[in-house]
Amino acid sequence: MTFEELAKIKEKNYNIVQVRRVVQQQGEELSKQTAYRKQVLICGGTGCTSSGSKKVIETLENELKKHGIEKEILVVKTGCFGLCSLGPIMIVYPEGCFYAQATPEGIAEIVEEHLVKGNIVKHLLYDKTVHEDGSIISLNETNFYKKQLRIALRNCGVIDPENIEEYIAGDGYAALAKVLREMSPQDVIDCLLKSGLRGRGGGGFPTGKKWDFARKEENDIKYVCCNADEGDPGAFMDRSVLEGDPHSVIEAMAIAGYTIGAKQGYVYVRAEYPIAVQRLRIAIDQAREYGLLGENIFGTGFSFDIEIRLGAGAFVCGEETALIASIEGKRGEPKPRPPFPAVNGLFGKPTILNNVETYANIAQIILKGADWFSSIGTEKSKGTKVFALGGKITNVGLVEIPMGTTLREIVEEIGGGIPNGKKFKAAQTGGPSGGCIPACHIDTPIDYDNLTNLGSMMGSGGLIILDDDTCMVDIAKFYLDFTVDESCGKCTPCRIGTRRLNQFLEKIIEGTAELEDLDKIEELANHMNRTSLCALGQTAPNPVLSTMMYFRDEYISHITDKKCPAGVCKSLVSYEINPGLCKGCTLCMKGCPVNAISGSVKKPHTIDKDKCIKCGLCERNCKFNAITKS
Amino acid sequence: MSEKVLNVFKGTPEQERNLKSVIEAHKDQPGALMPVLQQAQEIYGYLPIEVQKMVADGLNMSLSEVYGVATFYSQFSLTPKGEYRINVCLGTACYVKGADKILKAVEKKLGIKSGQCTPDGRFSLDSTRCIGACGLAPVMMINDEVYGRLKPDMIDSILDKYYSQK
Repeated sequence: MTFEELAKIKEKNYNIVQVRRVVQQQGEELSKQTAYRKQVLICGGTGCTSSGSKKVIETLENELKKHGIEKEILVVKTGCFGLCSLGPIMIVYPEGCFYAQATPEGIAEIVEEHLVKGNIVKHLLYDKTVHEDGSIISLNETNFYKKQLRIALRNCGVIDPENIEEYIAGDGYAALAKVLREMSPQDVIDCLLKSGLRGRGGGGFPTGKKWDFARKEENDIKYVCCNADEGDPGAFMDRSVLEGDPHSVIEAMAIAGYTIGAKQGYVYVRAEYPIAVQRLRIAIDQAREYGLLGENIFGTGFSFDIEIRLGAGAFVCGEETALIASIEGKRGEPKPRPPFPAVNGLFGKPTILNNVETYANIAQIILKGADWFSSIGTEKSKGTKVFALGGKITNVGLVEIPMGTTLREIVEEIGGGIPNGKKFKAAQTGGPSGGCIPACHIDTPIDYDNLTNLGSMMGSGGLIILDDDTCMVDIAKFYLDFTVDESCGKCTPCRIGTRRLNQFLEKIIEGTAELEDLDKIEELANHMNRTSLCALGQTAPNPVLSTMMYFRDEYISHITDKKCPAGVCKSLVSYEINPGLCKGCTLCMKGCPVNAISGSVKKPHTIDKDKCIKCGLCERNCKFNAITKS
Repeated sequence: MSEKVLNVFKGTPEQERNLKSVIEAHKDQPGALMPVLQQAQEIYGYLPIEVQKMVADGLNMSLSEVYGVATFYSQFSLTPKGEYRINVCLGTACYVKGADKILKAVEKKLGIKSGQCTPDGRFSLDSTRCIGACGLAPVMMINDEVYGRLKPDMIDSILDKYYSQK
């Protein structure tokens, strides 16, 4: 591959991909210059595949053949569009029609009406994209997309991740070409430093600095690693990038290789992400085939290749020294730092390790410049951040927002609010290492420093919304259970500290704790933070500390009043029948698995609290709302 | 007792041949142990001590080193899994939507706890951390099939489908 050949591939595919990036009118013009009348994009990411997108694609292809239009319509299986709760998602260009929750039956109608006759099937569109008067709102104008800015996700849901030419069409590998042609390693580092890019995996360390440390080490062998061991439960940003735009990571790793002087890269990816692994494999093979990986890239003498290593289910392997140990084929246990990996990393050689999302930003920064990137975001947090929005929120999915966007904008506008008329209680960020942001701080602009000041952290990007049905003690215990499971056991403060902390929470949830236990929790947390070997142990108490800071009254209710205000902790909940509302229908009595309810027909029933196992079945069965939980 | 019967190693010569070729392919590669164990588990379904011994011999490592790695990672299993492997997601997004109740419903239906296998070897049950289908929370997987937006009372009918399959 030469620079000229790359430009030719771009030219050849540019119009086809560009149709999907522009407004409808322009798209229609561009469409005429391609071989396809319309393009149908269907999400083949994990979320939509789980909702049955494979079957939808099969049906679509069969229907197109049935109508004999399979040559005029281009079907593209993409990565994540972001709105996972509406999957399987299908978009038709140039109109930009967004069909949500597509079913095989719906497909038949869309093919016949829309693709053959040209009539948009309005009742199958995502309802937020149709005005009351029936006109169509462009997807970018919906609340979900309007406030987003897609840099890391720019190709996700736009290109076919299994076709390298579609990536090249959107300036793919142009950044690598630019770096090899006109930039010195020092230029690349200066550009990254000036851009203000910080690591997106959680810590927020300046990427340019990290690369500079490794570049300055003198060694014939160096390594470039990518951390795709996304272990934070409820986070799926990295997975979505790998599924939707794997080449952006490959290109950035090659740029990193050139910058620090490495020839070999490793991507360490969770084995639980089969689709991401497969797409990445295909992408690496294609990059090799096109001469964008391998020996003598663009004839410049620079050589670089990438190997995939699969994780095997250990959260601690997200920690850099543990990840390196795991690639070396050892138990994934962390090591004390220094020496840092930039000095002594994989196989004892200088190594840089960046997260998937960090890499996904690199090519754009090289192409558009450091000033462009640093114009986005807040003073100390530049660019955008991808969040996996989940929990009690209407639009569960993947969002990318400029740093400095407030939590309120994410929850109320992008996220579409809390379902079922419930109230926003808190947002959890940073997973098992992070904490909760309560409703009183909902207007805080999100960036690294603000989140840390609030007792949470940016983390890798899991953003779980909690409503007033959530018990904060229970959620703290959920994370503690996780860290107890995932503590590797190497250092005592983490191995024993997490267990002791968990026992305190158990006591609180059981209603046997005393107020002084809260002080003991704080003391233990402080010790763990100071003495644990790696971030897993150091930050494990955060979910407890931050919920104690903002929801101390809930802890106190559990301890002194023996009540769980959210009605979650079973030991502290009791069910009662309101005699005024009970009609004596006997339904609850018949359903009770332990015969704890007694009473006669048409007379109010009673619950024997000693027998009751608090399963809640009676409450769900009662048609008169006579049974209440307290 | 039934568990003991199940745990007798029943490797076939073909499986052994496959494992040996995997070892051969990775032998000289740095950090070969993890990929070899991953593929060994694919071949045998689990990593009994007999397989670990073959890996240790093949890679010229001590058995303790292999055992150390095999027991460190949750993906590796030293006991056989069921014909249908059920994984209930206990990631945060699923948990706040009641995944713990789903797990309990499955445990009740199968009469086993998370981490166990039914005595007839048909179902094994595990909890997993986030399969990434958070839009469908709470979810569980049975082999490669994903079931989303679950409610505890849906478990019976889902599992009955597998009971009736041969």
